[in-house]
Amino acid sequence: MHVPILKQGGYLIATIQSVLSDADLLQLRDDLAGRVGQFRSRGVIIDVTVLDVIDSFATRTLRGVAHMLKLRGADTVIVGIQPDVAFAMVQLGLTLEGVGTALDLEEGLAFLNAKAKRGGVVTRTRGAAAPLSLATALHGARTKRGSSRT
Amino acid sequence: MSTFDEEYSVPINSAADIVVARQKGRALAIQLGFNGSDPTMIAAAISEVARNIVNHAKHGEIVLSGVHDSRRQGIQVIARDDGPGIANVEQAMQYGFSSNKGMGVGLPGAKWLMDEFDIQSQVGKGTRVSMRKWLV
Repeated sequence: MHVPILKQGGYLIATIQSVLSDADLLQLRDDLAGRVGQFRSRGVIIDVTVLDVIDSFATRTLRGVAHMLKLRGADTVIVGIQPDVAFAMVQLGLTLEGVGTALDLEEGLAFLNAKAKRGGVVTRTRGAAAPLSLATALHGARTKRGSSRT
Repeated sequence: MSTFDEEYSVPINSAADIVVARQKGRALAIQLGFNGSDPTMIAAAISEVARNIVNHAKHGEIVLSGVHDSRRQGIQVIARDDGPGIANVEQAMQYGFSSNKGMGVGLPGAKWLMDEFDIQSQVGKGTRVSMRKWLV
């Protein structure tokens, strides 16, 4: 079953429509990698609401997709993992480490928007250096913009 | 005749059959009275052992049936193949150990999801995984 990929502003939304076979998952990975380049997308939402089971293969593939898209400059967020599916994943010891997750499509969009707002600046770093460099960067940007106007 | 007397065999020849096996397993689990997250756990365990067949033996089958002893009822899942077999079963059951492309999560994970888990394997002859989950 082919997974349709919709373009929503700077984001791509892939909504899985039925239970996926391994081949479908790999196809989705390749499609997304291509589309991110085609549409210059900064974020991708994969909606897995209909998946009955997320087993070790599906987990590994989703993680692989997210890491690959990250290398292409796009953030991925997986949305809609059902409670039972999440429970079974925990029992299997499966994690989606390093991959964004959100409750549903709405939360997924909010997640990407928040990430875009942070603009790749490492905000988690504590200490004097981070705020200082942030301020310098902002100041630099403002000056640049100001000078280009004059 | 109750659903406990029936037996379903799902041939596993490709990755697509994994989906068929776990859907049949989920349906049977629900028929047998499993509810809540149990049908999903059973389906996930079936998915892992079926994938094991596809990855290592290429061909095999999943046999699903109801099962009961003197006090309880449950579901039985048997995965068998005539593949290369597993030389070191103990090692294969270690979490994180993988002989090829997997995560090494499949077999130990399936064991965690079910109540009973037994694996018999002979090099050159094949592997038989038997799992049960009981209705409490």
